[in-house]
Amino acid sequence: MKTRVYVTLKGGVLDPQGKAIHHALEGLGFSGINDVRAGKLIELDLDEGVAEADVDAMCRKLLANTVIENYRIERGS
Amino acid sequence: MRSAVIVFPGSNCDRDLAVAIREVTGREPAMVWHRETELPDGVGLIALPGGFSYGDYLRSGAMAARSPIMRAVADAAGRGVPVLGVCNGFQVLTEAGLLPGALMRNAGLAFVCRDVALTVENSQSIFTNRYDAGETIRIPVAHHDGNYQADAETLDRLEGEGRVAFRYAEDVNGSARSIAGIINEAGNVLGMMPHPERLMEAAQGGTDGRRLFEGLLEAVA
Repeated sequence: MKTRVYVTLKGGVLDPQGKAIHHALEGLGFSGINDVRAGKLIELDLDEGVAEADVDAMCRKLLANTVIENYRIERGS
Repeated sequence: MRSAVIVFPGSNCDRDLAVAIREVTGREPAMVWHRETELPDGVGLIALPGGFSYGDYLRSGAMAARSPIMRAVADAAGRGVPVLGVCNGFQVLTEAGLLPGALMRNAGLAFVCRDVALTVENSQSIFTNRYDAGETIRIPVAHHDGNYQADAETLDRLEGEGRVAFRYAEDVNGSARSIAGIINEAGNVLGMMPHPERLMEAAQGGTDGRRLFEGLLEAVA
């Protein structure tokens, strides 16, 4: 089963990479961009038996650093 | 004194650190591969080197922090064994939860590799007793992810408890409150981005780093 984990920086955390992307987009002539935040998408292919709680534990123990990052789990079919 | 340098795949300052430790202790440290589960008996000092463990995959230090040997390092730290993490070693210690906060991409996005001025904030720790509080020293940095961040409460606590060991005396990487190195609550774990092992003798441009190792040896001997 495909499961997606989205890891994003917490709100107050400065995101220099997002800032650089923002500047680059504006440099290309795109306007109306208020903010850019860069995150990660991690795709897992899991056995049917793997519980949501296990995926949550994977996020807390390794996939996200909860000091600075939030995560969201999206279970696919 | 028996000491150990932990070696991860991608560590590249492990030998420098080993030479620095041998210089002051007179004894070759054990080089402990990350797949090991035990440290040498009676180990009195553990050092985590700089480098790019696991190619900085996921986050700097994230994979190394989950290596088998890190359980033994955490146990030893809990027993009061001094642990020094330099650069990637500092990143590993935060990822392992042995030090608070996180080290993020440098605010300027550039890899910073140069000598920087540091202010010694705490000269009472086992790591910093050979320095004077408020003293300015110069130690090289070489990192991409040295931007120290933690929530305001954690930063206040670190400062209030004298656990900021070193601060940058110039703009380097955007670290919160210019923090370059911090100590854990018990006082036996230090993480710092600058490389003291690169300033052990005059031929390297100075000995400001050597004092850290000498003071540490004196404190734990």
